[in-house]
Amino acid sequence: MNEILRRMLWLPEQASEHARQVDGLHYFVIITTMVAAFGVFATAIYFFVRYRRRTDEDVTPQVHPRAIHEVLFIGVPLALFLVWFAIGFPQYVRLSLPPPDAQDVFVQGKKWMWKFAYPGGPNAVDTLRVPANRPVRLLITSRDVIHSFYVPALRLKMDALPGRYTQTWFTADKPGRYEIFCAEYCGLGHSSMLGELVVMPEQEFDDWVAAQRRNVLAAAQDGGPSGERVLPSSNVVEEGRRVAAEQGCLKCHSVDGTRHIGPTWVDLYLRQQRLKGGKNVTADEAYLTKSMMDPAADVADGYQNVMPTYQGKMSPPEVAAIVEYIKSLRTPAVRSGPTEGPAYESIPRK
Amino acid sequence: MNPSHASEPAALPARHYLNAPATGFMSWANTRDHKRVGVMFLVGTTISFAIGGFFALLIRLELLTPGPTVMDAMTYNRIFTLHGVVMIFLFMIPAIPSGFGNFVLPLMIGAKDVAFPKINLLSFYLYLVGAAIAIYGMINGGTDTGWTFYTPYSTTTATKVVPVLLGAFVLGFSSILTGLNFIVTTHTMRAPGIGWNRMPLFVWSIYATSVIQILATPVLGMSLLLVAIENAFGWGIFDPARGGDPVLFQHFFWFYSHPAVYIMILPAMAVISEVVCAFSRKNIFGYKAVAYSSLGIAFVGFFTWGHHLFTSGQSAVDAGIFGVLSMFVGIFTAIKVFNWTATMYKGSISFKTPFAYFVGFLFFLVFGGMTGVALATLSLDVHWHDTYFVVAHFHFIMVGATLMAFLAALHYWLPKITGRMYSEGWGLVAAVMVVLGFNFTFIPQFLLGNEGMPRRYFSYPEKFWALNVASTAGASVLGFGLFIVLVYMLVALRWGPLAGSNPWNSRGFEWATQSPPAPENFETTPVYTGGPHEYDEDAVQQPALPAAEPKHV
Repeated sequence: MNEILRRMLWLPEQASEHARQVDGLHYFVIITTMVAAFGVFATAIYFFVRYRRRTDEDVTPQVHPRAIHEVLFIGVPLALFLVWFAIGFPQYVRLSLPPPDAQDVFVQGKKWMWKFAYPGGPNAVDTLRVPANRPVRLLITSRDVIHSFYVPALRLKMDALPGRYTQTWFTADKPGRYEIFCAEYCGLGHSSMLGELVVMPEQEFDDWVAAQRRNVLAAAQDGGPSGERVLPSSNVVEEGRRVAAEQGCLKCHSVDGTRHIGPTWVDLYLRQQRLKGGKNVTADEAYLTKSMMDPAADVADGYQNVMPTYQGKMSPPEVAAIVEYIKSLRTPAVRSGPTEGPAYESIPRK
Repeated sequence: MNPSHASEPAALPARHYLNAPATGFMSWANTRDHKRVGVMFLVGTTISFAIGGFFALLIRLELLTPGPTVMDAMTYNRIFTLHGVVMIFLFMIPAIPSGFGNFVLPLMIGAKDVAFPKINLLSFYLYLVGAAIAIYGMINGGTDTGWTFYTPYSTTTATKVVPVLLGAFVLGFSSILTGLNFIVTTHTMRAPGIGWNRMPLFVWSIYATSVIQILATPVLGMSLLLVAIENAFGWGIFDPARGGDPVLFQHFFWFYSHPAVYIMILPAMAVISEVVCAFSRKNIFGYKAVAYSSLGIAFVGFFTWGHHLFTSGQSAVDAGIFGVLSMFVGIFTAIKVFNWTATMYKGSISFKTPFAYFVGFLFFLVFGGMTGVALATLSLDVHWHDTYFVVAHFHFIMVGATLMAFLAALHYWLPKITGRMYSEGWGLVAAVMVVLGFNFTFIPQFLLGNEGMPRRYFSYPEKFWALNVASTAGASVLGFGLFIVLVYMLVALRWGPLAGSNPWNSRGFEWATQSPPAPENFETTPVYTGGPHEYDEDAVQQPALPAAEPKHV
C-alpha cells in the first residue's frame, strides 16, 4: 500500500522512519482532500443538471441557511484540519529535539557547495557520509547568503543562515546514496549546488572514519595543511583534477568548453583574456594563480564577479596542481596529454 | 447573439461616460470619473499581465530540458524575478480592486463617484510611475533576487535591485490610496436603503481587501526601503556580516506579503459571489457567512506570516501557533465554497462564459485551498517548503482562482463597461482551453514538488524531465487559450453586438442603471428596497429597482 501510494504521488525513496511517518500523513491528507473535493464537485455537478435554466424569466425561491448549515460548514473542515495538525505538529516538534547521543556533523553552505566537518575530522565537500541506524545531528550555517539543506529522501529541510546555527537531525535506516539539494535561492549556481548523502552500514562508516583520521594525522606529521588529506600522487595533473573537483571549481568552470558561471578551462592557458574594463591579459600561470587568490582583481569580460577567494583554503602544491590541470586542458588538435575522461563524477541522476 | 434579450437595442445610450463630457486624450488624462480610472487600470493591468505571461512562457521554455535550453542562468534568474514582480505588483494586486472595483463599486452602492476622485486619479498615476521605475530597473540592470528580495542575497547581489524596490514602493502607495478611497466611499456614500447587511457581497469583499491594503502595505514600503538603503549604502540591517539579522527581513516581508495574498484572492471571491448569484438567478445562500468570512480572512491573514518560516529555525511553539492560525484561513474559505455551492440549490443555472470561469474557480480554489492547509501541516511543509509543490499551490490560488475570477469579471461586466457583447461560442472554447491548459501546467508541478524539485532551479536532474515537459506543454495550451480571449475581446470592443442595459437580467445593483453608465451614474439618487440578487416572485414583480428618490433639495 505504502509503495503504491508513494509511486502514485511521485515521492522519492524513504530513507528514515521519519520519512515513512510523514508520508503516512501525506497519504491521509491527500485521500481526505480528494474525498472532500469529490463531495463538493459531485454536489455542484448535480445542481448544474438538476437546476439548469429553463426560461429566461425563471423565478427562484429565496433560500436562507439555518444555523445548523453554517455550523456544519465550519465544524466539518475545522475538525478535519485539526486532525491533520494533531498528526503533523508532533512530527515537526520531534525534528527539533535531537537525541542526546546523536553524532554531530557541522554543515556549512556557501556559494555553491556544501562543506561537512566531523568533530575531530575529517572534512568533506558535497558528500555527507553518515552511519545507518544511528542518530546524526546537523549543525548548519552559511558563509554568505541563505541556503537550505534539503534531503528529499529524509523529508528533511533546514535553512543555512549566515551568522547563526540551525540544527536538525535524522536517523537514516537504509544504506544508499541520496541527493542533497539547496532549496533556498542563492544565485547563479543555485541549481548546481548539489550534494550527496551516503548512508553507510555502521561498521563500514567506522572503518572509513578511522582511515580518514589516520590520513589526517599522517598529513599533519608530514607538515601538510591540517584538516586536508593529502594523497600521494605521482601525476600532478590527476592531483589537480581531484583538488578542483573537491574544492567545487568545476561547478562554475567547465572542462568541456561550454560556457558556464565562470570561463571554461579548456584552452584557457595562454589565451588572450579580455577583462572587464577592456584590458587584455595573457592567462599565464601568474594570472591563473592570482585569479584563485584574488578573483575580484581581474574579472573576465562578460562574467559576474561571484567567485570567492581561495586564499588560505588550498595549500601551494594544490594551487600548482590546479594550474597544471588547467594547462593540460587543450582542444584535441593541440592536445598532447592522454584523453580526458569525465573530470567530475556528478551525482547519479535517475 | 444574446438570447436573454428578445429585441436587440438599436444603439448605445446617447450619452454615456465614454463620450461625455469629452472624448479627447486630455479628457481621460484629467478625468475624475471612477469609471474611466477603472478602465485605465484595466488596460494597464492587462498589458502587465501580457508581459508577465510572456516571461512565464520563457521560463517554461527554458525548463523544457534539464540543462540550458534557450538562455543562461543569469538571464533565467532575472526572468523569473520579472515574472513575479510584474504579475504580483502590476497585475494581481491592482487588477480586480483598482480595475473592476473602481468601475462597479460606486455603481453597486448607488454613488455618483468614489469619495476622493482626485486621489483616485493620483492612484493611477502612481501606478504608472511605479511601473515605469520598476520596468526601467528590470531592463537596465535586471534584478535577480526573486520577487521576495530575501536578504542578504538582495543586499549583496551584483545586479541593480534599488530601482525595482523603489518601483514596488511607489506601487504600494497606489494600492494604499485606492484602499483608502474604497473604505471612505463604502462608509459614507451608500444610497438610501443599502444598510451594511444589504451591501452587495462584492462590496464586502473589496472593503475587506481595502482594510488589508492600508494596514499592511506600509510595512512593505518600510522593508523595501530598508533593503534599498542597505543595498545602496551598506548599512547593517539585515546582513549578518555587518551585525544585521537576515531572518528579520523575512518577518517584515511576509507580514505584508502574506496578507497581500488575500489582497489578491479576496477581490476574486468578490467577483465570484456576484457571478454565482447572477447566473443561478438566486440569492446568495448564507449572506452573512459569506460577508463576514471576508473580514475573517482579512483579520486572521495578519497572523499567519510565520508559516513561510517553518524551516528557518523558528521555535516549534511559534510554528505550531502559525500553523493553526493559517488553518483558519482555510475555514473561512471553506465557508465561502460551501455557501457558493449551496447558492445553486433551487436556482436557474445558465452555463455562460462567466459561469464556466466560476466552475474553474471553484475547482482551483478547492484544491489550492486544501493544499494550502496541507502546507500549514508542519511536518509536511518541511518536505514541501521551497519546492515546486509550493509553486503549484500558489499558482492554483493566484492564477487558478484569481485569474479565473478576473476573466469571469471581464466577461460578466464587458456589457456594463462597453455596452457590447463578446462572442459566447469563442468564450466557452477559450474557457475550456484555459482551464484544461492550467491543469496540465500545474498538476505536474505538484508531483515535481513531491519528488523534491526545489523552485527557482535553472537546471535540474534528469529524473524531473518528464513532468517538466508536461508542464511546459500545458503552459502552451493555457497561453493559447488566453490569446484567443484577447483576440475576441478586442473584436468585441469594436464590432461586438450591442448588449442593452442588462443582458444577463442580473439583479445586481450595478445593472440598475444604463450600460455603459452615464458620467454621473444615476440621474437621481436611487432608493433601494430589497437586497442584491433577489430573484423570488415578489422581488421580480416589483417593476423598478431601484426606485427613484423623490427630489428634495
